[in-house]
Amino acid sequence: MPTRRRAVLILAVLAGLALLSIALALSVGSIHVPLNEVFATLFASGSDGMSGDVVRSLRLPRALGGFACGALLALAGALLQVLLRNPLADPYVLGISGGAGVGAMFAILFGLSVSGVNGLAFVGALAAMLLVFGLAHGDGGWTQTRLLLTGVIVAAGCGAVVALTLSVAPEHKLHGMLFWLMGDLAQGGDPLLPLAALALVLAVALPFARELNLLARGADTAQTLGVAVGRLRAGVYLVASLATAIVVTYAGSIGFIGLIVPHLVRLALGNDQRLLLPAAALAGGSLLVIADTLARTVVAPQQLPVGVLTALIGVPVFLYLLARAPLARR
Amino acid sequence: MNTSTPLLETRALKVSIAGKPVCDALDLKLAAGERLAILGRNGAGKTTLLTTLAGLRAPASGELLLAGQTYAALGPRQSARCRGWLAQQREDAFGSTALETALTGRHPHLGRWHWESADDADIARQALAAVGLQGFEARDVLTLSGGERQRLAVATLLAQAPQLYLLDEPIAHLDLNHQIALLELFASAAQDGVAVAMSLHDPGLALRFADRALLLHGDGRAEEGPVAAMLTAERLSALYQHPLLAANIDGRSCFIPR
Repeated sequence: MPTRRRAVLILAVLAGLALLSIALALSVGSIHVPLNEVFATLFASGSDGMSGDVVRSLRLPRALGGFACGALLALAGALLQVLLRNPLADPYVLGISGGAGVGAMFAILFGLSVSGVNGLAFVGALAAMLLVFGLAHGDGGWTQTRLLLTGVIVAAGCGAVVALTLSVAPEHKLHGMLFWLMGDLAQGGDPLLPLAALALVLAVALPFARELNLLARGADTAQTLGVAVGRLRAGVYLVASLATAIVVTYAGSIGFIGLIVPHLVRLALGNDQRLLLPAAALAGGSLLVIADTLARTVVAPQQLPVGVLTALIGVPVFLYLLARAPLARR
Repeated sequence: MNTSTPLLETRALKVSIAGKPVCDALDLKLAAGERLAILGRNGAGKTTLLTTLAGLRAPASGELLLAGQTYAALGPRQSARCRGWLAQQREDAFGSTALETALTGRHPHLGRWHWESADDADIARQALAAVGLQGFEARDVLTLSGGERQRLAVATLLAQAPQLYLLDEPIAHLDLNHQIALLELFASAAQDGVAVAMSLHDPGLALRFADRALLLHGDGRAEEGPVAAMLTAERLSALYQHPLLAANIDGRSCFIPR
């Protein structure tokens, strides 16, 4: 178990890494801006020229939005893994991205604007969330299995509707639809919304981190150790779902981060939620910023869907840590 | 808290599971220093009754008081400082060290923002040592054997340090030496003023390590009284619906199925 001091140290290192990834994202691209100029454009007022504009109005919002989305996905994944007591849970397992996908596909099919797509995606995500919660709640006592099954079924249903929309959509709309489905930060708007959501989720979740540690060990054990399990579970479901809904609305369903980052952090730092939650947020945010930077630079001027890059980076790192884990476990 | 207030009290408690009665109108008082053994056939409702007493499921009717107060009035945190519960089964979804696991027992004693202190770690280490798990601090729970995992759960309970221990088959999975060590541990805890209610399968051990016995017949009938009166070959034969022989070897009673 980490001591508070060690936790702070680790988080400081991760925060440094996060800043570095954002600085990299601001510097790299079709116009290369050296790091010292990046700092000048950010902190010296009245800086000028095209590089200043590119950094401030294009790359900074995208990097900040990407960071917030990655962090929210990693947090939602970590919370759902605790809630479902299932290491395979990820933010999309309960059908939220499916619901958002249905909303977004309809919006694109009917030629709505970007804000229309985002609006319908959010409505779809909320509808899926309420549907799953309502169905799983049933007679009052919901078990992890019932919640998981309901979520998987709703997700499968949404997947079928998405596939149906894709098959009837006209050719020229397919590319936009596919990019939305794979996750893409280029469509994002103001990064303030996901950043505010990130601050809110951390502020709500961290005070309950020790309770979450107990919940991960089983509901009854947690209850007899003094956790108000019913309220905590409902709260975790709500927070994780809303975080996911916001990300999916902002950036489409970027896969992998919500599943793999909590595991990376767990393998490296252990399963204490007091350290795991903030560390997963920092690591998830950094990973998405780095992946997005690569996505828009490796085959520039073409952009790759960032979800593909997160998987390509995450899989080898994860496999390495998994192979190394038995040694670290002592 | 008045010392004469029983740690656990039920008034006309009715518990049932899946439409099957466990007890119809149980009046039970358990005071500090007392040990109650709960016996009955498989499916008679020992676990159901214990989880009800632990506040994990609601009784069908009747009153359940913990140190004179209801669970609702105490709240989860105060309840956790009063009663501890040993589950019959354990599933660990995630890895964790034995010391971390034992430290979870300290949760109800810590404030929201507090981290476990060196004192808490000492308490957890002593608890591990008390169940013979010294040297296991850094072991991953997923690598422990069934019996070791069971003793670790008891260590967590000791670190929680409740006044009332509700134990569902505390000696399941344990070797004979650990069975006796564990029951002696709770016997000395009872001498120090805690109350213990535990389900046991061996009437001989119940006779030796409990003061009172509660027999659940599985049809809503429940009998309760001092072990000497309750644990006779005649009553136990009726309870298990199989004839039993009482034997006495070196002053120790045991019951042998005919």
